[in-house]
Amino acid sequence: MLTIGLSHYLTVGAILFVLGIFGIFLNRKNIIVILMSIELILLSVNLNLVAFSSTLGDLTGQIFAMFILTVAAAEAAIGLAVVVIYFRNRGSIEVEDVSTLKG
Amino acid sequence: MITDSAIAGLAFYAFSAVLIACAVMVVTSRNPVHSVLFLILGFFNAAALFLIAGAEFLAMILVIVYVGAVAVLFLFVVMMLDIDFARLREGFQRYAPIGAVIGGILFLELVFVLATWQSSGEAGGLRLNPTPSTVSNTRAIGQVLYTDYVFLFQGAGLILLVAMMGAIVLTHRDRARSRRQDIQAQIHRRTQIEMADVPVGASIGQMGILRPLPPEEPKPKAVAHGHGAHDDHGHGGGHH
Repeated sequence: MLTIGLSHYLTVGAILFVLGIFGIFLNRKNIIVILMSIELILLSVNLNLVAFSSTLGDLTGQIFAMFILTVAAAEAAIGLAVVVIYFRNRGSIEVEDVSTLKG
Repeated sequence: MITDSAIAGLAFYAFSAVLIACAVMVVTSRNPVHSVLFLILGFFNAAALFLIAGAEFLAMILVIVYVGAVAVLFLFVVMMLDIDFARLREGFQRYAPIGAVIGGILFLELVFVLATWQSSGEAGGLRLNPTPSTVSNTRAIGQVLYTDYVFLFQGAGLILLVAMMGAIVLTHRDRARSRRQDIQAQIHRRTQIEMADVPVGASIGQMGILRPLPPEEPKPKAVAHGHGAHDDHGHGGGHH
C-alpha cells in the first residue's frame, strides 16, 4: 500500500485532469478560471510524463514536460493579454459576450 | 526513481491529497483571488510529487515558472480588472450537472485505460535516453537537452519570444500625454512655413511678424497675506 508505483501517479493525474475539465464546464462565464483549469490540465499531463519517465528510467519524458511548461507559460501570457484588452473594450470577461465579436 | 520506502509513500499520499483538494478549490472557489492562491499551493504540492518521483530539476522549474511567473500573472490580472464576480457565477448550478456528467465519463474512460493497460516487456530496450546512474538529474537533463534536443530547445525559446511580443503588442496602449516624435507631423509642417524677406536692420516689430503671446495662464487666486498673523497660521497648512 505504501509502495508508490506508476499507477498511483496516473490516478492522481487522471483526477487532476478531470477536475480541470470540470472547472471549464463549471465556470463557463469566467475566462480567468477557465485559463486556470487549463493550467491544471497541463499540470496533470506533466505529472503523467514525469511518472512514466521515472518508472521507465527514460529522461525523454522530463524533457518533454519542460517543453509543455514552456508552452503553458506562453499560453497563459497570451490568454491573459487577450482577457485584459477584451475587458478594456467591453468591460466584461463573460465568454458568452465574446460571440458578439463575430461579423 | 520512485523509492520504496514508507516515508515516501506517506509523503506521496499527503501531497497528492492536498493537490487534489487545491484543484477542487480552484474550480469551485467563490472568489477568483482565492482560486489563484489555491493554484499556487497546488503547484507547490505538484513540485513535491515531482521530487518524490526523482525529477528534481523539473520540480524547481515548476516552482520558479508556475509559482513565480504564471500564478503571479494571474493574480495581477484578477486584481487589475474590475470585474463583478458575483454576476459571473450566475449559471453555476446550471452548468454543474453537465460538467459532472462529462467529467465522470472522462474519468471512467481513464480508469478503464488504466485498468487494462500494461507496460510492454520491450519498453526497457526502447528507451531513447536512459537515465544515467552516475550524474545528477539536472546534469543528465542538460546533457540530453543541449545535444539531441537543441533545436526543440531553440524552438521553445522562439515560442516564448513570440508570446512576449504578442503580449506587449496586445496590451500596449499609447498614452495621450506621450511626447513621442511624430515624424509625419514634422514633414507636413513644412508647407505651412512662409518665408519672409527681412531688410537688414529691421526689427520684428517693424515687420509685423511678432509672435503672438501665449495665452495667459489663469493666475492662482491671490491668497490674502494679511499682516495679521492669525490668518496665516489658520490657513497656511491647508493652502501651501
